[in-house]
Amino acid sequence: MTERLLVDPDVCIGAGLCVVAQPRVFDQDEDGIVTVRVESPPLDDDIRQAVATCPSGALSLRDDGSP
Amino acid sequence: MRAAEPVSGTTDQAVPEVPVYLRRDEFTPSPDLGRLREAGRVERVTTPFGATAWLLTRHDDVRAVLADSTRFSNAVRDVPQPPELDDLTEDERAPLRFGNLLGLDPPEHTRLRRTLTGEFTVRRMRALEPRVRRIVDEQLEKMARKGPPLDLVTEYGLLVPSLVICELLGVPASDRAAFNAQTIRLIDVSVPIRERLRVGRELRDYMSDLAERARLAPGDDIIGMLIREHGRDLTHPELAGLANFLLLAGHETTANMLSLGTLALLRHPAQLARMRDDPAAVAPGVEELLRWLSVVQAPVARQVREDTEFGGVRIPAGDLVLLSLPAANRDPAAVARPDELDIGRGAVGHLAFGHGVHHCIGAPLARMELNVGLPALLQRFPGLRIEPDGVGFRPSHVFYGLSQLVVSW
Repeated sequence: MTERLLVDPDVCIGAGLCVVAQPRVFDQDEDGIVTVRVESPPLDDDIRQAVATCPSGALSLRDDGSP
Repeated sequence: MRAAEPVSGTTDQAVPEVPVYLRRDEFTPSPDLGRLREAGRVERVTTPFGATAWLLTRHDDVRAVLADSTRFSNAVRDVPQPPELDDLTEDERAPLRFGNLLGLDPPEHTRLRRTLTGEFTVRRMRALEPRVRRIVDEQLEKMARKGPPLDLVTEYGLLVPSLVICELLGVPASDRAAFNAQTIRLIDVSVPIRERLRVGRELRDYMSDLAERARLAPGDDIIGMLIREHGRDLTHPELAGLANFLLLAGHETTANMLSLGTLALLRHPAQLARMRDDPAAVAPGVEELLRWLSVVQAPVARQVREDTEFGGVRIPAGDLVLLSLPAANRDPAAVARPDELDIGRGAVGHLAFGHGVHHCIGAPLARMELNVGLPALLQRFPGLRIEPDGVGFRPSHVFYGLSQLVVSW
């Protein structure tokens, strides 16, 4: 089972907590909306914290079904 | 549902009863609130203005309601208001709604909020930080010249956020003293509400004039940005209303955190020393102070849009739920030893700024002001101490805070 990071910019409210938690992976565009700097980043604790604290639910972890 | 213990009517009968969610002993929320959290998931309460509502106190419940803007609406309607507001005309009422992000649901909320989010990015905050540092240093210098004893609430806590907002909104330097005096009067609960409404109208008119002038020559501030980038999408009342909303939302909350946070640290000298001397301790320390102090103590209200249920209690559509952020932030199910201040814990996941689509838009700014303002004060005055009888708590107000904090150094 592999987990994958899902990012939904339409849901994002630009709180920026993910950028503070893991700046190597998350960034914001000029409207404050989340962008991802790294495709399929390894899911470290900082990313998990970003997902857990994301206020809008724009970040989530999804099991991609692969072994 | 009733809690196991009687939770109302336990206070001194001689004073008018303060709702359980506003009762504190200095920093500590009423033990009655903790008993409610343990006893049952919802408690039926009556607000001071006579509305019946359901109080939620558990971290996971509060977070779940905040996360669900479809079933729990911010556009609260047909609920009793303070009697002073009853005789306002519609003309007086309408401006109170413009630009108030906390009174809107998506998609209207999303449209207005998105015009502002670009101003509060991590990058923008980094660019703004030197200006905040300058404001803080100038204020500390003025305090040093004035000499002790002085009241930190008026000389520092209230002034720094107000000056930062002036900077952000592009209030000209020549207007700042008058502007500060007005905003401080507007949020002073000891000023009669009629007078505060009048001051509020004057400030809205001022913002409206400021926005009008900015349309001719938009500056490098939030109002200028809104005009350049969203001038066609925003009506003039919305623009003035947004500026006014930022002023109100960003002022007293941060002000109270600065003053209360200083007092909390003065009462915990070892933790104060870490905040003063170890730059790495500051950011997690600020998060813990946000959690532990939870200055937004008046419950956050949501109107239930469809029938729902908490712990077997049915809450019908149309009813109000009230969310206690201080109770949720001290839920032992979410944080160990919740009543202890421990700046080392980091307090990830606290709800002091709310959660969901209404998560405080100014949180990055508030965090930055606290990360700069608290250590700078402690470093400038290493011998900071409280004067005898220098502390006054301001109970039962929307935002918890101090009436005074007289200090020497």
